[in-house]
Amino acid sequence: MITRRSLLRSGAAAAAALAGARAARAETPGVSDTEIRIGQTMPYSGPASAYGVIGKADLAYFTMINDMGGINGRRVTLISLDDGYSPPKTVEQTRRLVEQEGVAFLFNSLGTAPCAAVRQYLNDNRIPQLFCATGASLFADPKSFPWTMGWQPNYRTEAGIFGKYIARTKPDAKVAILTQNDGFGKDYLIGLKDGLGPERVGQIVAAATYETSEPTVDSQIVTLQGSGADVFVIAATPKFAAQAIRKAYDVGWTPLRLVTDVSQSIASVMKPAGVDKAKGVVTAVYGKDPTDARWADDPGFKAYAEFIAKYMSPKDLIDSNAVYGFGATATMVQVLRQCGGDLTRENVMRQAASLKDFVLPMTLPGISINTSADNFTPIRQEQLATFDGQGWRLFGELLAG
Amino acid sequence: MPGPRLTRAIATLAVFALAVAFPFLASGYHVYQGAQVLVLAIALLGLNLLTGFNGQISLGHGAFFAIGGYGAAILTAKLGVPYLLAVPLASLVCFAAGFLFGFPALRFGGLYLALATFALAVAAPQILAWKGFDAWTGGSSGVSLVKPHAPFALPLTTDQWLYFICLVSAALLYVAARNLVASRIGRALIALRDQPIAAETMGVNAALTKTICFGISALYAGVAGALSALAVGFVSPESFGLALSLSFLVGIVVGGLASLGGALFGALFIEFVPSLADQMSGNFGEGAKALPGAVYGVLLIVAMAVMPGGAAGAVRAIMRRTVGS
Repeated sequence: MITRRSLLRSGAAAAAALAGARAARAETPGVSDTEIRIGQTMPYSGPASAYGVIGKADLAYFTMINDMGGINGRRVTLISLDDGYSPPKTVEQTRRLVEQEGVAFLFNSLGTAPCAAVRQYLNDNRIPQLFCATGASLFADPKSFPWTMGWQPNYRTEAGIFGKYIARTKPDAKVAILTQNDGFGKDYLIGLKDGLGPERVGQIVAAATYETSEPTVDSQIVTLQGSGADVFVIAATPKFAAQAIRKAYDVGWTPLRLVTDVSQSIASVMKPAGVDKAKGVVTAVYGKDPTDARWADDPGFKAYAEFIAKYMSPKDLIDSNAVYGFGATATMVQVLRQCGGDLTRENVMRQAASLKDFVLPMTLPGISINTSADNFTPIRQEQLATFDGQGWRLFGELLAG
Repeated sequence: MPGPRLTRAIATLAVFALAVAFPFLASGYHVYQGAQVLVLAIALLGLNLLTGFNGQISLGHGAFFAIGGYGAAILTAKLGVPYLLAVPLASLVCFAAGFLFGFPALRFGGLYLALATFALAVAAPQILAWKGFDAWTGGSSGVSLVKPHAPFALPLTTDQWLYFICLVSAALLYVAARNLVASRIGRALIALRDQPIAAETMGVNAALTKTICFGISALYAGVAGALSALAVGFVSPESFGLALSLSFLVGIVVGGLASLGGALFGALFIEFVPSLADQMSGNFGEGAKALPGAVYGVLLIVAMAVMPGGAAGAVRAIMRRTVGS
């Protein structure tokens, strides 16, 4: 609250600054003295509707923040619209948010193609497109798209972590890689090469791809085995990752196996592959697994569980999408806190790009969020974990991509 | 008392005048939505020629829509073809694709054809993401287009300009479809739907007529796809999922089978009712947030119960009562 006395005390300079802030506030759509209105698109219907939980967690988190008095005295209203994971619909809904609802910016819209479809529009109109919920590296390109930022470690970052790990622990490794033939797979191969470094790129002795329409990847595994590789990077979605793990085991190929963030689910990858066959598989993680008993007394996990109990339904507790929304929204809240009274779009973007050592409750101990004018990848650190037949066992230090 | 013909002409003129005035009265976002409605109306006109007038059910028109969209995207973004040329070129490709697909489709009747075209709709997104076409289609990352600006320093925004391109295309294609239906070929199409044996006895070449009908129908879908790509500024495999093909079928049934004017209503329905369902389900509280599909289903059933002949059928019934008698 700005009183007359405080104005007098802080003098004319502050008064001028205040007037400036007032003027700027009037110019920023969606921002009033009592409210910050923001928007997002989410696949509540359609093929990717399982991710809709992220949107629900985002909404629930802002409800919690508003119950606690909002941010710097303002309530946050998130308008979350369904786009059915269809890019033309995303464009329409995003324009509705910007032009009809008058939102200040876009937050945590989901999907690679949907986010790509509106990226140009938002950048042309200088509207922040913050924390796109996708692992594609194309949302970490501040030079070409200074108004667009991702959130989670992108595929290139993660593959880079694997590359560095291989270079350090198995310098003479011969690497084989299986990738899905799309942006995810391509990002992975690029990241792996970056991580290995130019002098080791030649150590990738075999690379195979598959189409999501193929029934199995058996033939690719046999080909890759033939290369004599002793490291096997599996950049595949859950079904194919399970097949790759099982087939490699069945043909008697025993390389160091690395699987991506996309396919580390025990229920949909390790169990279908066979838990014995999957023993020893290595992955990289950045979040606390809500099913892991180790975190039961962890204050971060407790805060998360409390949030779920009060603002979501009990079944959401073990849903990694709820963890995701919880983390992304907490990051958003931090950005808005840093903005203080200056909620212009320029300042929101500037603050999003100046997060320093920000720690989330549900990321692994030691992981912090850092961004800068040329680093638009908020989470860059991960820790390796190995599958022991029952769960993921963390090992080694935090690695950065 | 004006006759039904005159009433019809007045109504058509009024709709057109409203359509021309609309972009100057509405906001940019609504103009963009208007363009989407026109695009959908064009696709529905095409599908109605095939399904409504010729009795061939297609669940795969999203695939032709996709070919049109990617055609326009590749021609303008990768080959530098002017967009006004890219739209007809892309739709000619669609005509060829539809005509060729029409040959094997001839062997299937009714529901079997529906299944064959369904396969087309299922396959399209995967084929578009196939790595063999990567250099052209951009794989799953899609292709971005530059939105066309109004030429000759016309005082129109990009949205208004695109709207008028869509409006002129829709009007031309509507007139073309009307003339086609009223012509000898049109009568042959309807005869093949109602009495195939009698039609063939009268000398109608069933195979040629049906394949040409398939081709023309695909051409309409192609024009729609190409215009949609220009308006959205982006194409990707996800843009052309199975739901798109199904929504076309919903559109022609709600608008009215074998009614060209119904296409506009069908387009309005599939453009706005899903969002309406989303909003309505939001009103039932957070718990119903995931139920827009169910609300949409109820609205669809209500629409069909109130207007069994589609919107066109309902209008006809009202006309009969007030003007006709």
